[in-house]
Amino acid sequence: MIEAKNIDFYYGDFHALKNISMAMEANTVTAFIGPSGCGKSTFLRLFNRMNDLIDGTRLTGECLVDGQNIYSKSIHVDELRKKIGMVFQKANPFPKSIFENVAYGLRVNNMGDKSFIRQRVEESLAAAALWDEVKDKLKKSAFELSGGQQQRLCIARALAVSPSILLMDEPASALDPISTSKIEELIHSLKKDYTIVIVTHNMQQAARVSDKTGFFMLGDLIEFSDTKKMFLSPEKEQTQNYITGRFG
Amino acid sequence: MSRKVSQHIAFITFRLLGSLVVGILFWILGFIIYKGISVISWDFLTTAPTDGMMSGGIFPAIVGTLCLVIGSIIFAFPLGVMSAIYTNEYAGNGWIVKFIRVMTNNLSGIPSIVFGLFGMALFVNTLGFGDSILAASLTLGLLILPLVIRTTEEALKAIPNSFRTGSLALGASKLQTIRKVVLPMAFPNIITGLILSLGRVSGETAPILFTVAAYFLPKLPNSIFDQVMALPYHLYVVATSGTDVGASRPIAYGTALVLIAIVLLINLLATFLRRYFGKKVKTN
Amino acid sequence: MTSSTDYTYKMKHLRRIIERIVESILTVSGAITSIAILLIVVFLFKEGFGLFSSPSVEKGYVLCVNADNTIEHLNPYQIKKIFDSEIENWKELGGADEAIALFRFEEIFNHYSDEELGEEYSLLPEKLGEVIAQNIGIIAFVPEKYAPKDINGVKILPIESITLSDFFGGKEWMPTSTPSPQLGVLPLILGTLLVSIFAIIIALPLGLGVAIYLSELADERTRKILKPAIELLAGIPSVVYGFFGLVVLVPIVQKTFDLAVGETALTGSIILAIMALPTIITVAEDAMRNTPRAMREASLALGATHWQTIYKVVVPYAASGISAAVVLGIGRAIGETMAVLMVTGNAAVMPHSLFEPVRTIPATIAAELGEAPSGGAHYQALFMLGCILFLITLIISITAEVISKRQPNKGL
Repeated sequence: MIEAKNIDFYYGDFHALKNISMAMEANTVTAFIGPSGCGKSTFLRLFNRMNDLIDGTRLTGECLVDGQNIYSKSIHVDELRKKIGMVFQKANPFPKSIFENVAYGLRVNNMGDKSFIRQRVEESLAAAALWDEVKDKLKKSAFELSGGQQQRLCIARALAVSPSILLMDEPASALDPISTSKIEELIHSLKKDYTIVIVTHNMQQAARVSDKTGFFMLGDLIEFSDTKKMFLSPEKEQTQNYITGRFG
Repeated sequence: MSRKVSQHIAFITFRLLGSLVVGILFWILGFIIYKGISVISWDFLTTAPTDGMMSGGIFPAIVGTLCLVIGSIIFAFPLGVMSAIYTNEYAGNGWIVKFIRVMTNNLSGIPSIVFGLFGMALFVNTLGFGDSILAASLTLGLLILPLVIRTTEEALKAIPNSFRTGSLALGASKLQTIRKVVLPMAFPNIITGLILSLGRVSGETAPILFTVAAYFLPKLPNSIFDQVMALPYHLYVVATSGTDVGASRPIAYGTALVLIAIVLLINLLATFLRRYFGKKVKTN
Repeated sequence: MTSSTDYTYKMKHLRRIIERIVESILTVSGAITSIAILLIVVFLFKEGFGLFSSPSVEKGYVLCVNADNTIEHLNPYQIKKIFDSEIENWKELGGADEAIALFRFEEIFNHYSDEELGEEYSLLPEKLGEVIAQNIGIIAFVPEKYAPKDINGVKILPIESITLSDFFGGKEWMPTSTPSPQLGVLPLILGTLLVSIFAIIIALPLGLGVAIYLSELADERTRKILKPAIELLAGIPSVVYGFFGLVVLVPIVQKTFDLAVGETALTGSIILAIMALPTIITVAEDAMRNTPRAMREASLALGATHWQTIYKVVVPYAASGISAAVVLGIGRAIGETMAVLMVTGNAAVMPHSLFEPVRTIPATIAAELGEAPSGGAHYQALFMLGCILFLITLIISITAEVISKRQPNKGL
């Protein structure tokens, strides 16, 4: 269960997110859509405090995960990020072997011994629907995989540390249609175990995979409702215009 | 959390290392300045050494270094700039350019003492220039050639191709484009590179050991075939071969300070110019 | 009208010719570095390889032994041992069991008066021959001019050239020793390697640490001050480092380790380490900053700490750049002349420990070239050292280039 309360976010002087509040329930898929630069990715990256890495940013409001403010002083950022996995827009495997990529999070978090890691790597790769394709070449470099496989590897890597929440920042934008549909199937099957938040610029994708959709524009959350409702009968005119392709 | 602790220890170590290295830098600079500053006087800068170099000034060495700097630049600068223009503007990207680039890289990796050997064999002996400003200038010029070429190439590369195509599209020839568009724009960076190489030349000792440097020569040179004293060599001589260390040490500190001051001023000037011109280009 | 079009035509023609000329001038200067390297190779190797046709005994002299002596060749090292009385019996050299009797040319005047040697010493070779023929264990070192040629009972040892193995395998560097200069380069090569490698052992952790600090920990303002400051370190002339080492480090090393002299290999390594630091820091820092943001984010997003991200992702990613930095640092250390010359004590002996004086190749060239007579074996040997240095640095430049090109596969 994720909740944002009155979030305002600034890059220096630029007001990137304006008074945003929303709640996402466990075991659902929530999609954020909106034109480029609307703040949807920034909003997503608040939940694992990825924006901390950028100098000169400022945040007001509260981000609650399971009832706890993740920006409070008592939170260890590394522990938080372990609990909240993230998949990036472009597949970013490490220049290591396939096995080591998935094992990385387990190793840095001191999770389990060798046999546990081995087992967990297999489970994660299986959960990311990649096991059958790579089980014979776990020692090979991750760069030998295709773009779609690399992205699924990154999903497996995120799953390995057993997060409860998965943040996906346009995970299929750099992929071909077949790989994209594989990722989308994967999101469907992961839903029963994880709470998923996905940013996408592709409205059909949002419609296909998500339960709820938020529409962002220029830092404002214009509309947030059930996906079906959003796409069939949006409340706001701006949403209507965006969905029907009048801008963006 | 043990990994938190290890991060803490590691980061403290790195901060310490950072301050250590900076500390070393300031130690060296501070030491030379502290010991040398009391020696520096107008007389020290403008008179010749006396009493077997245990008193007097370093004027001939300053003049000598100046001669070598100017001489090597006259040789290396036009050649280096033309070479860079050729590889960057004319030669395309074929194997010739690659070969030249590899050679330039290698030339810059050759130790300065090897340049000294070479200068002695070719300029001093084979061409018969003897120990002279000419021989040393050519040797030093060769030494800084890679530096001049590289900085010029970088300056030329920094100019967007659109300017070149723009000029060519107006019917200007390639040479006109280079002369009227490319070179004026690259000029500030080329000059910065030139200044950096000045700094390098003024501090080099090994290449001049056998091509020009005089142990003791209180008069000023008359022609490019004369020997001269030079600051770095003078420092070496005064520091290592004095019979009375107590008497010659102050001279050594003074010489070291003058040498460092020259080199640092040149480097600072280059840094300043780079910033200044960098800003100017941006605001345009 | 016609004259003016004629004029423009001529101008255009002229301009085209000028462009051609300028272009060819540029082409020639483009090749200048290649020509320079070629010239360097030619001159270094021409002078250097002369060494291997230089005689292994002092020029103009020969060695004579009794005709019954079974020894046919002596290499420079054996000659030196004989004349230092370290070898005293021919049997140690594979000859008969006979004590070696040294005979230096001047001794002839103890045996014979000036009258007996004839006018302008015309009888000298003959008398010399007598002495040699009488003593089966004798070895005489005499000017070629007075050599007892074609005299019964005397064998003049053939004049041999210095060989590759004398030079590269020789353990003694005593270029002015007579009758046979010892031009063994091994102590110099080992001295160079000892000083340079230990310098890198000091400089690498320091340099890497500072590079990590600069690229990962320091805030932007600190970085903007520190980086140029460190680049300034690189600009200080080596002779100033040498001077600093001489007046500051040498006493410190001497006191700290309680040594007889402070001019040791260790002192040289410390100075070289300080000098190599800026190169290592700058190159390694650039390499680490080139690690893509996506890699860092991926690691952090998995719950890795900043430090884990640095040593598990950033450093491995920058590994090729870092190794290039190390190789370049070694190259700079091996070729460094003045600083090393001033602080290592310059004893041309096989190095045994870090706390003894050593002599490096560049320091040898700098210290001795001024005294070596042009064209002699010593002079040629110094050029040969230059060739070695040239080849080492050539290999190092190429290695650094190959390493830094081997970037990790960036994938898509």
